[in-house]
Amino acid sequence: MSFQPGAGRALMRSLGYLRHYRLDALGALVALIVVSLANLAVPQALRIAVDRGVEHGDSTIVVLAALALVGLALVRGLGSFLQGYLSERASQGVAYDLREALFARIERLSFAYFDRVEAGQLISRITNDVEQVRQFAGTGVIQITSALLMLLGTTALLLLINWRLALVALTTIPIILLVLLHFVRSVFSVFGKLQIAIGKLNAVLQEDLVGMRVIRVFGQERREEQRYSAANRDLLGRNVEALNAFGNNFPLIFLTANLGMLAVVWYGGREVIGGSLSVGELVAFTAYLNYLLFPILTIGFQMATISRAQASALRVFDVLDEPDDLAERPDAHVLPQIDGRIEFRGVHFRYPGAEQETLSGIDLTIEPGQTAAIIGTTGSGKSSLVSLISRFYDVNDGAVLIDGHDVREVTLSSLRGQIGIVMQETLLFSGTIRDNIAYGRPDASDAEIEAAAHAAQAAEFIDVLPERYNTVVGERGLGLSGGQRQRIAIARALLVDPRILILDDSTSSVDTRTEAAIQDALDRLMRAGGRTVVVIAQRISTVRDADLIVVLDGGKIVARGTHAELLEDSPIYNEIIQSQLVDDRQPSSSAVGGGQ
Amino acid sequence: MRPGLESFADHESAANQRAVARRLIGEMRPYFRKWILVLLLVVMSAIAQAGAPWLIGRAVDDAMLTGDSRKLALLMLPLLGLYALNALAMRGQIRVVGVIGQSLLADLRERLFSRFLRAPLRFFDRQPTGDLMSRVINDVETLNQFFSQILSQTIGSFFALSGIIIAMLLLDVRLALVSFAVIPVMLLTTSYFGRRARVVYRKARETTGDVTAGLQEEIAGVREAQAFNRTDQNISRFRARNAANRDANVQAVGVSSAFAPAIDVLSTIATAVVIAYGGYQVVQGNLKIGVLTSFVLYVQQFFRPLQMLSTMYAQVQAGLAGAERIYAMTDEPMEPVDMATATRLDDMRGEIEFRNVRFAYEPGNDVLRDVSFTVAAGQTLALVGKTGAGKTTIANLIPRFYDVDDGAVRIDGHDVREITRESLRAGVAVVLQEPFLFAGSIADNIAYGRPDATREEVEAAAEATGAARFIRDLPEGYETQLGEGGGSISRGQRQLLTFARAILSDPRILILDEATSNVDTRTERLIQQALATLMAGRTSIVIAHRLSTIRTADLILVIDSGRIIERGTHAELLNANGAYAALYRQQFRDEEAAEVAAD
Repeated sequence: MSFQPGAGRALMRSLGYLRHYRLDALGALVALIVVSLANLAVPQALRIAVDRGVEHGDSTIVVLAALALVGLALVRGLGSFLQGYLSERASQGVAYDLREALFARIERLSFAYFDRVEAGQLISRITNDVEQVRQFAGTGVIQITSALLMLLGTTALLLLINWRLALVALTTIPIILLVLLHFVRSVFSVFGKLQIAIGKLNAVLQEDLVGMRVIRVFGQERREEQRYSAANRDLLGRNVEALNAFGNNFPLIFLTANLGMLAVVWYGGREVIGGSLSVGELVAFTAYLNYLLFPILTIGFQMATISRAQASALRVFDVLDEPDDLAERPDAHVLPQIDGRIEFRGVHFRYPGAEQETLSGIDLTIEPGQTAAIIGTTGSGKSSLVSLISRFYDVNDGAVLIDGHDVREVTLSSLRGQIGIVMQETLLFSGTIRDNIAYGRPDASDAEIEAAAHAAQAAEFIDVLPERYNTVVGERGLGLSGGQRQRIAIARALLVDPRILILDDSTSSVDTRTEAAIQDALDRLMRAGGRTVVVIAQRISTVRDADLIVVLDGGKIVARGTHAELLEDSPIYNEIIQSQLVDDRQPSSSAVGGGQ
Repeated sequence: MRPGLESFADHESAANQRAVARRLIGEMRPYFRKWILVLLLVVMSAIAQAGAPWLIGRAVDDAMLTGDSRKLALLMLPLLGLYALNALAMRGQIRVVGVIGQSLLADLRERLFSRFLRAPLRFFDRQPTGDLMSRVINDVETLNQFFSQILSQTIGSFFALSGIIIAMLLLDVRLALVSFAVIPVMLLTTSYFGRRARVVYRKARETTGDVTAGLQEEIAGVREAQAFNRTDQNISRFRARNAANRDANVQAVGVSSAFAPAIDVLSTIATAVVIAYGGYQVVQGNLKIGVLTSFVLYVQQFFRPLQMLSTMYAQVQAGLAGAERIYAMTDEPMEPVDMATATRLDDMRGEIEFRNVRFAYEPGNDVLRDVSFTVAAGQTLALVGKTGAGKTTIANLIPRFYDVDDGAVRIDGHDVREITRESLRAGVAVVLQEPFLFAGSIADNIAYGRPDATREEVEAAAEATGAARFIRDLPEGYETQLGEGGGSISRGQRQLLTFARAILSDPRILILDEATSNVDTRTERLIQQALATLMAGRTSIVIAHRLSTIRTADLILVIDSGRIIERGTHAELLNANGAYAALYRQQFRDEEAAEVAAD
């Protein structure tokens, strides 16, 4: 068995979540004790029925004992219903709390976290891992408690009835425990390998689903089938190994338990013949024997779930304990209505875990109403620079100030509420087009939403959709093209009516007419209403119209100025302008010449 | 009205479940021989389980009450034999039933996977990858529990049950009939809880699905949520789904926790009746005390299968639901198979002809209308037009990813439907916009289409496309392992590798989706050069975005709403001053502007 350090503590910590549901948990425990007592009383009723009733020819006692059995069953039934229901309520409550805590944590983690951790892993934390912990916190704890109660109670009663016979019966327990331990060990090593085999199989599946077209193009279906089949056969082999672990050990456990029964009947039978034991006591004894085996098996099974639950609890708390690197200061104030002045003061920034600085020594001021265009090659730090304005990351040195307020000293919601962003890749959420446009302002009126769509050049295509603004989009709805999504994103940003607008000007993989429409919308967005605009520029026209152009290279500002100034003095600016047009420029000029 | 509708839906789904269950059972046919073995083992353990209480009863009557300790010892011998038999039968059952179940699951997985590999591509247009993954992983897993636990345990117990019934009837008919009296009540209870459980567990599954589906989206969009200040709203929306799921689960467990005790109470009533009636008979001298002991032991075993079923109800339901989803997938139509008369096209020259092609992804919504054109072998065709005009669709019809609804696509004069798919695709290579690489070495990836290629051929292909330079700079060169999706190298480098992959398979026809994406300038230059090499001497169909490609094309088709609205060379089309000229001016106005500014 493998125990990770701190796993036990993590598990105890997850049990701590039960305290919000202590009434349910306590009720389940009481019900459990009632069930155990009722169970332990059953063989006694049998004994009385046989010894005092049947043997003495007293039918009344027989009937009374039978009624007592029914009464015990009713008590037990009620108890086990309550125990099942209450422990489910408590454990579902724990799961609910854990899921919500995880979700709230994840929603507020900084971008740096999502650069590092895959979405799939986080989903698995909230679904699978929480479920593992829940099962342990609910059924696991209850079942172990119940098993221990039954084990102790049964042992005590067996010793009371006839201690010699009890000792004969109890010799089977160490043997069963040994077999069980062997089983748990072997099953653990098999399960480890099983998990690896499952992982490999699923990796093939995922890769092939994503690369399906490539497989078809190169006609490699049969080969992929063989690859999957090989991984699948490997998994089957592991599964059979796991089965054999069950098949080899469980019959042995039952055989040992049955041998205990045989020993009791034989030895007990001799005692009955010798007169030191009544038939009723022997009947009760054999009934108690059944109570011994199942608790031991339960504990064995729970051992397996404990170690899984421990690993899950560790993973859950790993996310919950993720330091909130963007936590608001206790004295953070609300950023008042801003004019839109952005200042970078000696900013150094390095992605967590990265060795090199992404931005080093950035000093930059953008005045309210100005349009600043950021240019530079991939990896020069453009996206990082704009991410710092909304405080998606914190600087390592220096400060980012909005209207003179350090972004770390204001509340995140008041800061981000005044900044609009159009990202390069636009994600639409499942819901209507209306919901998606109103994403940043769910209370916006229909008129406002339509106005925003109009300004973003999105109204044109929305109006021809059968359900217009009520058309459902997103993964389960209508698929929109890249250009259409981008225009929705622009409408979304427009609706927020921010003082500061950040946008990524790249309109990749859309056709020229769509691109023209988007650029038109972007241009309007930039010019309207005297906003401060920071744009990661890809187009000459954007750069030409900007009040300030900032050229980034290797995380440093290497040139700044207007288009005219930079054309004159900055070789690197000229190079970037040229290289971005590198192949298209020449044919363009000759074509223009040819066209004339 | 509403309850009526609900019970109708319930009835529907119950019938559906029966059909799915029948089909699942039908899956076992190939394991017929193994099942015979299982049957033998089950009979063995039924004998053992029915025999042991009988022997114990005999021990009470014939040995203990008569004081015969030699008889007692003698009776222990067959008891030992029965227990050993039981253990052996159990071991066999676990293994054989388990192997059947696991093999069946492996078959199902493979069947799903093969289905995916042969499903028409339009299938993937509708299904997100995550959904398909979940079919193969989660749905098959619910069946795993179904087979590994329920099948082996319930089959065993029901056979044991018949053994017990026979033994009880043999021992004492009247007492046996008395103890069977609760059975009708029990069946009614089971069916009542079954119906209730189906409803509540479906609700629980649905709410769990809501939580998971919502999560996928919320976590993918967490950056948007933060940028638009939506965090608090999202948390409260999640809270609502989370609470609905909790409540549905509690309700479901409320039903199943009532079921098990109900069965327990009923089985105890049966025991009590046996004791009361049997005890009375013993007192009257009509029954031996040992027989009564046997009966008490029997009755306890008697109800175990039902009790077990009551605890596994949720799993059975989940298993059937999983099976239903799996079958929905395996029932999807496959790519049409080759016609019986299909011939191989081995020496493809590369002439392409579209003859009055009409095509729709969904019936009634034509994407291509009456498209006709011819490209001579070795020529380059550029497709131009806005998103959704039908450019990609034209390209998709050539390797027959889809079949035309009307007209024909012909290669070297042969209708593509009359050529074997394998020989058709061997002659056509497609370079996709999104460069996709498999996990494995760089050499493996270049040789993907021709696994038998020699190292020299692989390196020559890399050399020809300009990929060799960066490969040589990698510490492990051609043996560099790429992660899933080729994560460890840049996007531009990945693109170069897909070019090398295409050139190694040496196609006669090359289809290229040429979106300019965010790559740095030097890589862009390399890609341009590689493209020229790639296209040389082949028929090329290019979904064009680069002016240089369009200008040098032998033929340009301007596509709009599924029709060819203009065709000709660059010079011809500019002179015509139509749609192409307008598009052209629009696309390159920036460059013109740059020149004006620079002047």
